[in-house]
Amino acid sequence: MSAQAGHGASVRIEACGKTFADGTRALEPATLEIARGETLVLLGPSGCGKTTMLRIIAGLELPDAGGRVLFDGKDMTAVPIERRNVGMVFQSYALFPNMSVSDNIGYGLKIRGVPEKERAARVAELVALTNISGLENRRIDQLSGGQRQRVALARAVAIRPGILLLDEPLTALDAALRDRLRGELNRLLRALGITTIYVTHDQSEAMELGDRVVVMQKGKIAQIGTPREIYFTPNSRFVAEFIGAANIVEAAIENGHLVLPGGRQPIDGDANISAAVAMIRPETIRVLAAESAPLSGVIDSVSFIGDRQRLVVSGVSNRSLTVDAPNTVRAKSGERIGLSISPDAVRLLPPER
Amino acid sequence: MSHRSFVWLCLLPLAAVTVAFFLLPMARLVVTGAEGPQGLAGYLAILTEPRYRATLLNTVLLATATTIVTLIVATVAGMFLQRHRFPGRAILIAMLTFPLAFPGVVVGFMIILLAGRQGLIGDFSNRVLGEKLVFAYSIYGLFLGYLYFSIPRVILTIMAAVQKLDTGLEEAARSLGASPWAVQRDVVLPALAPAFVASGAIAFATAMGAFGTAFTLATNIDVLPMLIYTEFTLAANFSVSAALSVGLGIITWLILALARSFSGSAVAAAG
Repeated sequence: MSAQAGHGASVRIEACGKTFADGTRALEPATLEIARGETLVLLGPSGCGKTTMLRIIAGLELPDAGGRVLFDGKDMTAVPIERRNVGMVFQSYALFPNMSVSDNIGYGLKIRGVPEKERAARVAELVALTNISGLENRRIDQLSGGQRQRVALARAVAIRPGILLLDEPLTALDAALRDRLRGELNRLLRALGITTIYVTHDQSEAMELGDRVVVMQKGKIAQIGTPREIYFTPNSRFVAEFIGAANIVEAAIENGHLVLPGGRQPIDGDANISAAVAMIRPETIRVLAAESAPLSGVIDSVSFIGDRQRLVVSGVSNRSLTVDAPNTVRAKSGERIGLSISPDAVRLLPPER
Repeated sequence: MSHRSFVWLCLLPLAAVTVAFFLLPMARLVVTGAEGPQGLAGYLAILTEPRYRATLLNTVLLATATTIVTLIVATVAGMFLQRHRFPGRAILIAMLTFPLAFPGVVVGFMIILLAGRQGLIGDFSNRVLGEKLVFAYSIYGLFLGYLYFSIPRVILTIMAAVQKLDTGLEEAARSLGASPWAVQRDVVLPALAPAFVASGAIAFATAMGAFGTAFTLATNIDVLPMLIYTEFTLAANFSVSAALSVGLGIITWLILALARSFSGSAVAAAG
């Protein structure tokens, strides 16, 4: 997980904001540090500023006055992208249609004046690494979406960049392929160990690939943390709901308990507050018999998903509660059930600013 | 009436027009070209007779030079106009495409006003150098005129092609270390190649066949349409002018076909 053995450059962006010519603020001034070899994911819904931040790091956009981009402590703000030594994978892949697969992969090396022989060796190395043997002489329009994605990655990595930048590299693919390539991409990024910044709107991609995840909302950084921190201790309702499924419960607090319509739920810590908004993940709720449980409610619906079943239970809190129960629990809608939640699974969210 | 015969019936007017106004005159032209004193060898005269050959070469050279210079000017201007927004842009584009509205005669007249004996350039050079620079009545004046009316034809095609370019391609090339020149050479120009072929073919065909401008500038400019005109009206040499017409058609068509096979898409001839 950590980056001791990493390659590439460290990145620091300082007070980088972006206001477009028409006055729209795409990114509020943000400061961010990315360690050597770390994979950082910028995650958020469309229009949250994640792509703008990536383009500022790449050198495709200039930050507003006062913003600085540093690679290994060196100020790169005024350096154009062609001299930043970054590898970039675009959402559309942007492969050159007038070149073959191997010419695409070798293009950056050719531009750098690498001799033909050395270039061919490096291209062969990347063809093997990205699993596209046999496609070297194909034209780009003869490749499938997944193959294009690999070629785009191979082309970006061929130049041994200090930083690898990926802009939604899996979004253009269909769901099954996306899942498969995600695992493959993860292994590849770990093997390369290069500083990577990865933009996505897909939280499962962020969880699997990121050493750290930056959740963004409306041009601001909402939270930075490891996937576990982001998932278990979100610092806002937005983060809690954007990452995975979350029950948001509003309740009064009395003697270390949430006072709910369906019973009293103990919470951790001695919060000296009289009311709170709490988050409870559906898989942390245990289903018990109604009589012996601290909380109880009525099942509204049961969806059998396979590896588990999702119950919607009303009467426990101010709005219905989603519960992920083992697939062996017998549950019917209309039935009364008991629920129990460990105090440490209840995350009190700070009041909205 | 069956559906099929109805469709055939609908095609009848097209067939009649094609035969009456296209095939018959063409056939007649081809026959007339072979009716001179030398018979079919009259066609060979286009290549063997030094005057005809020189004129043919002249015309092809002029059309080629027009096409190349037009492509260069229109690409630079088209790319700039498509990529930048500035006050007066719409008016500039409208002005650049304005020559489309002029017949060749007017273009020729404008060249005379610019580079003729009373022209602006002559006045200016007279004051600065003490010598009147006059080139309107030569092949250089004709070249300028052709350039003037070829640029709008090409610039619109180039602008449309530039608009369709994926800017991601240029960004990808830059991220791989390509300088602005290398991006143009390796990414932008190859992507515009089909537009070059299509619009270049139009410029070429127009320059091969244009007559009005040449006629306005001078009667003794050595280009094929002028030669056909003088052979036909002054020398009443029907067979030679017919042979030259067929030759002009075939050569232009050959070059367009060549361009089409390169681009793989349909290229419309104009002018």
